[in-house]
Amino acid sequence: MTPPDDTGSGGRPARTPGVRRLAEHRLFWPAAVLAALLLGNVALTHDFFAVRVQNGHLYGSLIDILQFGAPLVLVSLGMTLVIATRGIDLSVGSTVAIAGALACEHIATAKDPGSPPTVLSAVVVAVGVAAAIGLLNGFLVARLGVQPIVATLVLMVAGRGVAQLITDGQIISVSSGAYKMIGGGYWLTLPFAVLLAAALVAVTSLVTRRTALGMLIESVGGNPVASRLVGIRAAGLLVTVYVVSAVCAAVAGLMISSNVSSADGNNAGLWIELDAILAVVIGGTALTGGRFSLGGTVLGALVIQTLSTTIYTLGVPPETTLVFKALVVIVVCLVQSPAFRARLSRRRRPAAPGPAPATGDVAARRQEVHP
Amino acid sequence: MAAPPTPRTPTRTGRPVLEAHGIRKAFPGVLALDGVDLRLFPGEVHALMGENGAGKSTLIKVLTGVHPPDAGTVSVDGAPQRFAEPLEAQHAGISTVYQEVNLCPNLSVAENILIGREPRRLGLVHWSALHRRAARLITELELDLDVRLPLSAHSLAVQQLVAIVRAVDVRAKVLVLDEPTSSLDRDEVAQLFALVRRLRDRGVAILFVTHFLDQVFDLCDRVTVLRNGRLEGEHRIDELTPVTLVHRMVGGELRTLDELAETSHTGTAAPVPADTPFLSARGLARAGAVQPYDLDIHRGEVIGLAGLLGSGRTEAARLLFGADHADGGELRIDGERAVLRSPRAAIARKIAFCSENRKAEGLIGELTVRENIVMALQAARGWTKPLSRTRQDEIAARWTEVLDIRPADPEAQVRNLSGGNQQKVLLARWLLTDPRLLILDEPTRGIDIGAKTEIQKLVTRLAAEGTAVLFISAELEEVLRLSHRVGVLRDHRLVATLPNDTSLTPDRILGAIATGATS
Repeated sequence: MTPPDDTGSGGRPARTPGVRRLAEHRLFWPAAVLAALLLGNVALTHDFFAVRVQNGHLYGSLIDILQFGAPLVLVSLGMTLVIATRGIDLSVGSTVAIAGALACEHIATAKDPGSPPTVLSAVVVAVGVAAAIGLLNGFLVARLGVQPIVATLVLMVAGRGVAQLITDGQIISVSSGAYKMIGGGYWLTLPFAVLLAAALVAVTSLVTRRTALGMLIESVGGNPVASRLVGIRAAGLLVTVYVVSAVCAAVAGLMISSNVSSADGNNAGLWIELDAILAVVIGGTALTGGRFSLGGTVLGALVIQTLSTTIYTLGVPPETTLVFKALVVIVVCLVQSPAFRARLSRRRRPAAPGPAPATGDVAARRQEVHP
Repeated sequence: MAAPPTPRTPTRTGRPVLEAHGIRKAFPGVLALDGVDLRLFPGEVHALMGENGAGKSTLIKVLTGVHPPDAGTVSVDGAPQRFAEPLEAQHAGISTVYQEVNLCPNLSVAENILIGREPRRLGLVHWSALHRRAARLITELELDLDVRLPLSAHSLAVQQLVAIVRAVDVRAKVLVLDEPTSSLDRDEVAQLFALVRRLRDRGVAILFVTHFLDQVFDLCDRVTVLRNGRLEGEHRIDELTPVTLVHRMVGGELRTLDELAETSHTGTAAPVPADTPFLSARGLARAGAVQPYDLDIHRGEVIGLAGLLGSGRTEAARLLFGADHADGGELRIDGERAVLRSPRAAIARKIAFCSENRKAEGLIGELTVRENIVMALQAARGWTKPLSRTRQDEIAARWTEVLDIRPADPEAQVRNLSGGNQQKVLLARWLLTDPRLLILDEPTRGIDIGAKTEIQKLVTRLAAEGTAVLFISAELEEVLRLSHRVGVLRDHRLVATLPNDTSLTPDRILGAIATGATS
């Protein structure tokens, strides 16, 4: 807060927060949660931060988190844009399964499963079909006015059936070195999946923030009625975000199936839509649409992946992993809730009827953390 | 207005029912309140006055538990209170009716009145008792409406009255009315004032926030004046005149008063230009919204639209902007037939529209002032042709200065601005697109005299530069001051288009509104 002697008259800015400072504000809590989780892991496993080079590849828990988190980062990336428009995309899990199934089916039936052209055409088929899925979602939402949760629920349920149809209900295994590269290969010592995800995050970030796309998406999500009256063509934007979301999910599906060299229509990407929504929320993008933060989403996805890794490292019994995850997620959400923090700080200082404020105090402390 | 106010001396005996002391509240980038005091005594109507951005709305939100103050105390009946949420303030006896109706349009009138305290039987809502009780409250206040209908079936004005009925039923010791009359017509204002006086005589303390000076002198006993987030002072109304009150609101300069005198009605009629009108509507209509109407708007012409709330003024204007589809008639722009399928099509033809509902239809609240200002221009360019950040900053800085938007911080979230400044942001957004027809729907509603005068001057200047303006306002004096011709709407029908010569008076317009005849 501004010190009392520094006060101008009302209506005049009391301080001038730069955009950068605001951005730091938004990312502070997701970053803090991630740091806490990582430090907690160090306490449990002392060589948690150790990264070693083996056969020219980097190995270590941090690298694992990045590699296994890459698909979730991608799905969350697309989900962020959809949520920023006040929508939600429940069909991404099914899209993950469909993309993996299509690619593996294509490679398994090809004469030359290992050749780059085969893998390339498999990727094109998978991404193309995903784009069609995105178009369908976008059409339902933007043109027919179906509520996003309903529109995408259709494919969430039906899509898994489609994936099983493609694989004939079997798990398709492929042995293709080139395909393995996508989810399990290395390039410049780093897992290829990490580089791919990072590249897509960078491209999305550039396209949304260097063009007016991000601002228009935020406008449509923040106030659809006003956005129409200001002349924004919302339909095109909506279709775009659903297509981006589906394409991101498809790439994630390729990574997942490539990593295990097989496609499982039943289980690939199961519940990933829910993890993605959670990652978006942890990252500070509200489900009510409007302002979004891609950086926050990446942090949110890494928080969730770190949590999954922690569960393995801790050796939590399999039957309790979900409960453990739920508990941590609840804590994370509470820590981020301004109302909860206000309540906590009020409780710590009971019987303070004087001028000591509650929420202003929290804001003050946030300021101190980021001077 | 209602019956002439009965002369009465404010009961200043006893201690205040509500007392605020040293209230301070800052928002990111704005210090909204700085050491403000307020006292309310039982059985008084107390006005809270100040220019836009003076901190009136913030003070109300502090008193009613929406925002906790950063410093200062609020006491009810002498006991210090710290409201964490509006419900706590309500339990302490402070009820509020906000400027913009905060009810649930899809629930029935009865549910809206009694929501949160529905009569129950065996733990379930006792519907017949609920409807009975709501109907009784409605009749007590001499209103006549079906409490079972959804709230959205009623006009905005009736919704406002319902909001007051709801607030009154909370057995309030203090009733806060934030701009309650800004969306009401004269009869409804009289109805509201009668109700306020009845509540006052029952010993309720009423805090009345308004921009209408005559209403303050008509209804209130004392006034607290805020200026730039600070307390200017507390005065007895009978010790003030409208001039001295405005003087206290705006500070040293008496600019607004001079300007008001200058721009008083002189009859602005000019001969209707002979050239092709910029826009010409013939039999334009939309079922359920507005009957077929004819209207020509020439370059440099200000057309006023007068009529009661719900008479179809907004609906008529929305057809010209493509916000709603016309289902009959034809529209010509520059003499060529135009079908406006969307606002976008209208914007492409250089038509701009400032909605009367700033929050719901104008602003994107969580975006910044800068983003809100450039939004229309950016939308027209499409997302692939972004305005550079430097360009955006230039635009925002220029318009913030030209229209005196406060705070002068383009990176402030627009929802933290006061009503008048939000209106200026919208004006900046549209002026930036260089419109040939500017449709202003209630641009001065709920904003203070200073900003109002600025907007009126802006309209005059734009018209002088050749922009056509369609000006919708419930204030007849304002319509008369600015318009070349005045269209009068009554029951969704354009009943007259009157040239604004010296013979046109508010009474004549009222006559047209009342009878539908142009006399």
